[in-house]
Amino acid sequence: MPESSLGFISPEVKDTCSSSVECRSPPLIQFSQSSVPLHRNYILSTFCTEHNVQECLSHINQEVSSLGLPPVWTESSGSSEMNVMAVLNCMYDLIQLHHRGLRTLENMEVEQLKSSSNVDHLQRTSTQLKEQLELSKRGNTGLLERERQLHLKVKSLQNCLKNEKDEVQKLQNIIASRASQYNHEMKRKEREFTKLKERLNQLLVDKKEKKQAIDVLNNIGRADGKRSLWKTQKTEAKHEGEMYKTLLSDYDTRQREMLLENAELKKVLQQIKKEMVSILSLRKPIRKDDKHPDAGIQADSEDEEQVFDSSKESVGLFSVHAREKLTNSIRLQWRRLKSHVERLDSQASLAQMGENKTDDAISRETHEEEMDRLKLEIQPCKDFIQTQQQLLQQQLSSPCDEETTSLLSNCYMLQERERFREEWKTLEKQRNLFERERRNCTEAAIRLSHERKAFEDDRAVWLKHQFLNLSPFADLRKPQMSKSKSCFLISETESSASSAPEKLIKCRSDTTSPTPRCVPLTSASTADMHRTVCLVPEKRSTKPNGKTDHVEESRLFCNGNVPEQHEQWNNREDHSSQTLLMESTCSI
Amino acid sequence: MNFSEVFKQSNQLCKVSPDGKYLATCVQYRLVVRDVSTLQILQLYTCLDQISHMDWSSDSLFILCAMYKRGLVQVWSLEQPDWHCKIDEGSIGLVSSRWSPDGRHILNTTEFHLRVTVWSLCTKAVSYIKYPKACQKGIDFSRDGCYMALAERRDCKDYVSVFVCDDWHLLRHFETETQDLAGLEWSPNGCVLAVWDSCLEYKVLLYSLDGRLLSAYSAYEWSLGVKSVTWSPNSQFLAIGSYDEKVRILNHITWKKITQFEHPSSINNTKAVVYKEVEKRTAVGSDDLSLHITIGTALYNTRSKYEICPSPVQIPVVKPDPDRANPKIGVSSLAFSSDSRYLATKNGGFQVQSLNWHRSGDSLMLLGKEQLCLCYMDTDQEDK
Repeated sequence: MPESSLGFISPEVKDTCSSSVECRSPPLIQFSQSSVPLHRNYILSTFCTEHNVQECLSHINQEVSSLGLPPVWTESSGSSEMNVMAVLNCMYDLIQLHHRGLRTLENMEVEQLKSSSNVDHLQRTSTQLKEQLELSKRGNTGLLERERQLHLKVKSLQNCLKNEKDEVQKLQNIIASRASQYNHEMKRKEREFTKLKERLNQLLVDKKEKKQAIDVLNNIGRADGKRSLWKTQKTEAKHEGEMYKTLLSDYDTRQREMLLENAELKKVLQQIKKEMVSILSLRKPIRKDDKHPDAGIQADSEDEEQVFDSSKESVGLFSVHAREKLTNSIRLQWRRLKSHVERLDSQASLAQMGENKTDDAISRETHEEEMDRLKLEIQPCKDFIQTQQQLLQQQLSSPCDEETTSLLSNCYMLQERERFREEWKTLEKQRNLFERERRNCTEAAIRLSHERKAFEDDRAVWLKHQFLNLSPFADLRKPQMSKSKSCFLISETESSASSAPEKLIKCRSDTTSPTPRCVPLTSASTADMHRTVCLVPEKRSTKPNGKTDHVEESRLFCNGNVPEQHEQWNNREDHSSQTLLMESTCSI
Repeated sequence: MNFSEVFKQSNQLCKVSPDGKYLATCVQYRLVVRDVSTLQILQLYTCLDQISHMDWSSDSLFILCAMYKRGLVQVWSLEQPDWHCKIDEGSIGLVSSRWSPDGRHILNTTEFHLRVTVWSLCTKAVSYIKYPKACQKGIDFSRDGCYMALAERRDCKDYVSVFVCDDWHLLRHFETETQDLAGLEWSPNGCVLAVWDSCLEYKVLLYSLDGRLLSAYSAYEWSLGVKSVTWSPNSQFLAIGSYDEKVRILNHITWKKITQFEHPSSINNTKAVVYKEVEKRTAVGSDDLSLHITIGTALYNTRSKYEICPSPVQIPVVKPDPDRANPKIGVSSLAFSSDSRYLATKNGGFQVQSLNWHRSGDSLMLLGKEQLCLCYMDTDQEDK
């Protein structure tokens, strides 16, 4: 067998022997492999053959030298015969080496065994120690736990001790106070005792005993005026009776009060019961799901109770049965109400959750509808906005088209211009009107001043005449003047007949310099003016005779007092001036 | 407030007659009767010795003056100044003297509480009641004046005797379950008698008029117990003030505690209003000569006003010596207002001698050692 195996390897050796380096490994393999066969005296002969002796020799030389042994064969010696001694030495060295190697191997195996056993041992000990550690740890925690419990116990015991001490202290205090109280009492009693003893001694010694006596001047009547009665059994019985009477009356009053209280409370309970029943009865038709199987029975019993109660209403309140029934029924009703409320609560919570869902379902639909509607609404608006935006964009983003922009701007400007023009026109017209009016006013004022001057002159003349000719014949001349004046007045007041005196006043206030004399006129004169205004149009109606009447009137006026007339004239004058003004304004 | 001139009196004996017309004061051995409105002296009586006790009869016709040292009681009549009455207890001595409710009998308690002598001014008859108890309040008359309850002690046991004041007939005599009866009080309606034990044991017993025990109440054991007891005017509540600085109120139906009030040293209740008197003294001259004058004027010139203290209010408490007997702690006086709506209590060692409500029930008078204080309640007139 080994030959076959060796034979298998040998071609490799042959091939590799050519290169010294490459040759090395396979022979070694061969070598190691064949170490065992060597021990068993296997023949290793295929390494060296007749052809490769030299190579083998050199190889072996190399090997030996690598092992540190002297070379087997030196090349210097030309003979092919090897130095047998060297070879033998070499062999011996090799064998020694081999032995040594084996020994070391053995030793190492032994060492390995030892170490492995050590390792095992160590492992075992380590596991043991770990277990021990675990145990000790557990033991430690247990001890800690015990210690903690003991601590707690100690604390509680300390508390107990403190409480006990406090209590002991308290009891000691109590004992001390009681002792002091006892001592005090004892002392007091002892003092009294000694006093008694003294008194007794004194009494025994004292011969003269003072008797007790009462000395009253005269008996006074009893407080209630009645005669005192002898002490007999009857009186005793009477006293007993009276005593029991007072007690009974007290009990009576108390009982009455309690009855009243009871009645009140029963009323309240009845009311509560009624209200509870009403609440529950309201709920009955509403709630569909009869979760109470005995609802019918309960209803029956309720009716029964109601019937029962109503029949025994007057008497029932005072009997034990009725009382019990009432309390029981109230308890029942209350329980029902409670259960009902609980049910409602649960229902409500469920319903709320359900409602939320249904709400969502419902609202979603409506929500969607709403959304669609809104979208439809939004659409045209959006379009509109878009168009607007576009237009705006166009406008903004078209600076090159200056003409159009200028046109556009001009459009706006034109519109405004048109408006302004129109306004201007109206304003112009108004201004012209005002101008005209002003001119008229000024002209009128000038005229007025002239006329005033003339009138003043006339007046002065007239006055002069008046003063000079204080005779009835002077009337002949005056009417002429007055006539003219009155005619003037008539003509002037025609148009202003309907005017209110306020206008007069206004005009008066507005006028400035032309009529300075108007200013000092008081409102009292307006009355006269009223009169004159009223009078003048009245006279005016009768036209044919108007002038003559006027003449007469003026005569009448003139015949009155001079200052009055003066005033009248003044009024007239102002009236005329103002009418003139009015005329001028009205004309506009 | 206007004050009259100062009148002399001795022994704090100064009483207004029950009908409110006269004022009687005692000055040493003289009895002075004045008219209340004018303060004019109407009558002047002279007694044989210094007057120790003075009291009006219920119908305001008679005044009794007791002289304990001499064992004498003298009775004076307002209608007839000449009328005189002298009761001499003799060698047996006199410890206390009082009128009966009808104003015609005088009850004298002899020395060492040997007996109670009932003297009748109508018939000069004498009755004796043996073994009265010497305690805080051993005798009480019912409000209508029909019955008298007397505490007795025989053979180291407490008894209560109920007498009919008409003829001093013994109506009931029963033993009480107290260790050492300290006091008894009729309810205003005269049907229930409250009996309480001494301070060494907290026990309040309620007996009906015919002597049946209605109920017993005990709040706690061992500590010092009841200090003061008072009925509400409508007989519905019984207020018990005790040494633990609490007031407990019992109701008349079940005789169980319905509420209790505490007197903490710091008041934190938002509903409570605390008024503090702040005195502003005018400067007193240091001149020796004028010292006497200024003291007098300073007393009248001190202006004091009440300011509301913000909560929490610390009440200055003086801790009394607990080793002494009858320590000055606990609720010592209680007073219900006339409509039973308010209860005024005095706790601790404050110098308040008496609490008195006005008949209308809306003002309270506190009498201190040196001060007099009137408190007006701001009552809402809800429903009368």
